[in-house]
Amino acid sequence: MDQIAVHQDNATGADWPVAIYRTLKEFGVAQLSYVPDAGHSKLIKLSHADRAIKTTVLTTEEEGVALSAGAWLGGERAVLLMQSSGVGNCVNMLSLMASCRFPFLTLVTMRGEWAEFNPWQIPMGRATPQAFEIMGVTVLRLENPQDTEEVISAAATLAYDGDQQVAVLISQRMIGRKKWTKETH
Amino acid sequence: MSEPIGTLDRRAAVKALLADRGDLLVISGLGSSSYDLFAAGEHPGNFYLWGAMGGAAMVGLGLALAQPKRPVLVITGDGEQLMGIGSLLTIAAKQPGNLSIAVLDNGQFGETGMQPSHSGLGAKLEVIASGAGIGSVSDIADMAGVEAFRARLRDVNGGPRLARIRIAAGELERALPPRDGTYLKNRFRGHLGIAVA
Repeated sequence: MDQIAVHQDNATGADWPVAIYRTLKEFGVAQLSYVPDAGHSKLIKLSHADRAIKTTVLTTEEEGVALSAGAWLGGERAVLLMQSSGVGNCVNMLSLMASCRFPFLTLVTMRGEWAEFNPWQIPMGRATPQAFEIMGVTVLRLENPQDTEEVISAAATLAYDGDQQVAVLISQRMIGRKKWTKETH
Repeated sequence: MSEPIGTLDRRAAVKALLADRGDLLVISGLGSSSYDLFAAGEHPGNFYLWGAMGGAAMVGLGLALAQPKRPVLVITGDGEQLMGIGSLLTIAAKQPGNLSIAVLDNGQFGETGMQPSHSGLGAKLEVIASGAGIGSVSDIADMAGVEAFRARLRDVNGGPRLARIRIAAGELERALPPRDGTYLKNRFRGHLGIAVA
């Protein structure tokens, strides 16, 4: 079964993951790590197909924070993909990035905020911006597909050139309602 | 009190690992592992962690992927590796040939009052690593084993590898490396010829 998730009512431009991919390429991102998420599935697939991007699947999100630090030590730019439910896992590891002023870019697909059907997703979704901010991470929002390139580009500049830790929260509205069928998870 | 895991002197073991280090790049886990690395000789190709517990192996993976022609060694303790135990699966999934992990195992949380760790209570890190898919694992109890492991570190195609090195329990005099992370980061990148922007 194709792992690209099926979403309905996504009339808002399904190509925003392609715009993210292109922007990351423009910034020379060479490593991409992820905990799988349906909203990121297209970007993950594009990255797997790109021999210039080393993809790493993680067992938990904070591994990707440490991986990003190691990549930078070795002269490469990294990005971490996750869902909002994984943000809390990263809190202590983010002190590594702050203590060493490591550039850090993470792209977070939001759950628990827009037409959420699963109450268990809501507490971490609601706490996501604060969980980043308490560790000094700058939080940017991506709400509209047409803003994708501009927002990702701004975040990447702030991270890789400004030596900041930056999270882009991708609105659940952009991802669309989850279509609860056998093909999705 | 659990049975002692090993008898090796940790400082002697780490010093032996780093003898004739050549182009080896080294990440050390927080606590005694960082003190051991510093005591073995200050070097710009050392990156000492002072926090980020559970993250040493993953910092090593990111570095190993970015510098595939350089051998990368992570030196850490049993407690630090246990906190990031999932990273062994992540490393196995990537199969970085140039990455080696040396776990200094005394079966105890040395920094916090010598409480027995899961290793001290029976967990076998080399078996866990093997089960995770790391093909080259060793259980080292003497200096001959340390020397043999050191000889393999240079082979950037033979990893990933993990060695459990059985060290004696007990605290040594602290040897404190620099704590300024930004300095350590820029020094390390400078060593690799990466310009500071």
